[in-house]
Amino acid sequence: MTATTSEPHAIPAKKSRYARTSRGRGNFELWSWVFMRGSGVLLLFLVFGHLFVNLMLGKGITQIDFAFVAGKWSNPFWQVWDMLMLWLAELHGFNGVRTIINDYAEKSSTRWILKTLLVASALVVLVLGTLVIFTFDPCIDPASTLEQCK
Amino acid sequence: MWSWVAHRISGVLIFLFLFAHVLDTALVRVSPEAYNSIMETYKNPVVGLGEAGLVAAVIFHALNGLRVVAVDFWAKGPRYQRQMFWAVVIGFVVLFAPFAIRHLSIVFSH
Repeated sequence: MTATTSEPHAIPAKKSRYARTSRGRGNFELWSWVFMRGSGVLLLFLVFGHLFVNLMLGKGITQIDFAFVAGKWSNPFWQVWDMLMLWLAELHGFNGVRTIINDYAEKSSTRWILKTLLVASALVVLVLGTLVIFTFDPCIDPASTLEQCK
Repeated sequence: MWSWVAHRISGVLIFLFLFAHVLDTALVRVSPEAYNSIMETYKNPVVGLGEAGLVAAVIFHALNGLRVVAVDFWAKGPRYQRQMFWAVVIGFVVLFAPFAIRHLSIVFSH
């Protein structure tokens, strides 16, 4: 009786055929999983706000022209909003497409080519987008009616 | 299963759009005329319908993404995933219907 209830013999852990803890890459996949959820929730607010202000308020889609962009990006609030949205959306999309490439591209050479294209496109979008937001000059339009351009 | 497929397809669609959207918006750094001339080419019913489709993809991806977060982090999430799918469908209609009416009435009256 006592022999069976007091000290159950520990069952040795089964040898798994794959390593459950990754080697060499730290917790990269865990953090990318966390990032997808965190950035996704932030993007919901940033993107819905972006769509509402640009497409629902005012004259909707027809109002989009240089003067409209100048009006927004002469305000640091919208510069920071758009930069956050740019970085979070591009990294969120980058990580999503990276996952899709890993899932469907079976040859390692195909995966390498697709991921190289992906990294290149993400660098172009992030560098170009950030430069444009912060080096933008709303006053290059001679017809500008903005206060700061007078 | 199908919400997972739709999540992937809508995500890739939005990612491809983002690439084009950043490149064309970068024209504001070239000249007002360059940006305005490209924006003019977008102001037609075909692109207008495409914009509505894009917003539909964004709304679905956002709401279904919240559902994924709830399944992952909420203890009762996996049990209610089916009900939450219908909540996504209802939320989609509630958000997309007013947008589609507003946007398409502008697109088709210009």
